[in-house]
Amino acid sequence: MTLTYDGTYKGLFSAIFESYRLGIKVAKITPITDYQENLFAEPLHVATNLAWAKRIKQCIHKKGGNAANRLLYRSFLSEQNDIELLIFHFIQTAIKTQHDITNNFRDEKILELHKINKKIGREVHRMHAFVRFQKTKDNIFTALIDPDFNVLPLIGDHFEKRYPAMQWLIYDTRRHYGIFYDQKKIDFITFEEKAHHQLRQLSKNILTADESDYQTLWKSYFISVNIPERNNKKLHLQHVPKRYWKYLTEK
Amino acid sequence: MNERIKEKLEILSDAAKYDVSCSSSGSKRKNTKDGMGNSTGMGICHTYTQDGRCVSLLKILLTNYCIFDCAYCVSRKSNDVKRAAFTVKEVVDLTMNFYQRNYIEGLFLSSGIFQNPDYTMERLVRIAKELRTVHKFNGYIHLKTIPGASEELMEEAGLYADRLSVNIEMPSELSLKKVAPEKDFKSVLEPMSFIKEKITANKSERKKSKKAPMFSPGGQSTQLVIGASPEKDLEVLTLADDLYKQKSLKRVYYSGYIPISEDNRLPVIHQPPLIRENRLYQADWLMRFYGFALNEIVDEKHPDLDLTLDPKAAYALRNPAIFPIDINKADYEMILRVPGIGVKSAKKIISARKFGALREGHLRKLGLAWKRAKYFITCADKDFKFLGWKPEVIRQQISSSILTKAANSNQLSLFA
Repeated sequence: MTLTYDGTYKGLFSAIFESYRLGIKVAKITPITDYQENLFAEPLHVATNLAWAKRIKQCIHKKGGNAANRLLYRSFLSEQNDIELLIFHFIQTAIKTQHDITNNFRDEKILELHKINKKIGREVHRMHAFVRFQKTKDNIFTALIDPDFNVLPLIGDHFEKRYPAMQWLIYDTRRHYGIFYDQKKIDFITFEEKAHHQLRQLSKNILTADESDYQTLWKSYFISVNIPERNNKKLHLQHVPKRYWKYLTEK
Repeated sequence: MNERIKEKLEILSDAAKYDVSCSSSGSKRKNTKDGMGNSTGMGICHTYTQDGRCVSLLKILLTNYCIFDCAYCVSRKSNDVKRAAFTVKEVVDLTMNFYQRNYIEGLFLSSGIFQNPDYTMERLVRIAKELRTVHKFNGYIHLKTIPGASEELMEEAGLYADRLSVNIEMPSELSLKKVAPEKDFKSVLEPMSFIKEKITANKSERKKSKKAPMFSPGGQSTQLVIGASPEKDLEVLTLADDLYKQKSLKRVYYSGYIPISEDNRLPVIHQPPLIRENRLYQADWLMRFYGFALNEIVDEKHPDLDLTLDPKAAYALRNPAIFPIDINKADYEMILRVPGIGVKSAKKIISARKFGALREGHLRKLGLAWKRAKYFITCADKDFKFLGWKPEVIRQQISSSILTKAANSNQLSLFA
């Protein structure tokens, strides 16, 4: 049977809980927005139920501690096709098994979760590295990003610790939402529909007068630290893949 | 924009780039609520140069005016280059503004020696102090200690810096004296010992009281140039091993000599020895993270690292009696010694085998380099087809692919 949910993590847990409650066999779990009509099967939609989601989370915690919950949550943010089934597999196996299965690398699907988690970790690290703030006239350090995975929920903490006395905004242009920090706390925000299209680049008009000076200085620094005798384009591209270039000041 | 600043930045970053260290790791410094920046212990490379090196810090010289005349250095006094000097305020302003925009993890500040060592060192310290105290900067600061600077200044430097470094420059004192008439090993090793003592004392102080100020919490490092003097890898690695053991260094950096000068005290080479440099780093890693002793990597009989083979594979082929090892039974330490298995895959193996015996199929998926590892291990498949293979044959198998790789990245000329 196919289950649909609202696309949130808690929604997914609710669907998994429901499958146990009803004792049904699950073939696919998919966000309702991605569901494609199928002549032969009627999907079952499960609405998010916070109490159910919490019970699943507690169950995972009992079996594998924080490490297991972290693994599943981060993997979920990969938005990868059928990530729901891998997570479902993990939960099923955990429930069936006496001991902690989080690091059972012999299990192909669990190993797959770890591989996805590694990719997420790499993307988070890249965002820590590649976010480039530009200072606006109203004193908000603003950065645009377009990560491969939905890692915005995972990166706020790092920037909050680093820049507690600044106002900053990091906006995901693909997923159309951002995190805004006002020197006290982080809020998720979304710009109006109209503004999305203008967001490919920040307009010069909204930036402070000296912003372009520092960008120029950074670009010239980037050029002069290079050692031409050691040029190694392949290595360079491996570290800074082209898809990240559009928001890098030095590129 | 102030064109002069841009020109200074170009001159003084160009002159600093031959210092290969750009690490921002190894130091934990918490931020304050009204402060700027932190260090978590894990470095971040914010970008990479065209040559693939990490750019983590704003790496500049305070000035490239210098009273010394070291042959290997672009800033030596006899070299005809454009000279410039930053003011304290300019360095502070660049650091803060680059940091706010998330371009960098912090500052790496070095300098040519102008007037005298103390005069120079005093300014480096003042910059670090101003960043920490006036601007509440808690990002990473790496300060180079100027040879000949007083102990008082070094001590003050350690209070603001996350890491201090003194470059040993050459693998032997003989070579150092040849290329740097004003320097000798004593002038490098003494400040290293001083810093080491301070760091050790500070650690025990901080154990007693968390409030004691930190002293160079990221330790100290050094750099030496290879390929500009006749020393074999045995000498280079013996020196490094001593520095790790006796001076408790965090890192020794090896910098393949780049022919930056036509000084006749140095050899003429056409390409920097990048493969040798890479092999030295691999050997260095084996000593620090893989439990290898120096004499297992190089010895009198094998004084140079094999350029066509990584040092762990070379070790395995010199010691065929130790292999193959049984992946399902061997200790972690032995698994680490298998060519093609790194720290991460060794740990994965240890935790995966608790759930049942591992077969080739499992191992291939774990992320180790099966192509190399397969000659040195056995697993639950009981497949012994590589068991009788002679070291020379295995050597051909595993080095050929490395040679091809090297050819693709245009480094073949080094073997010619």
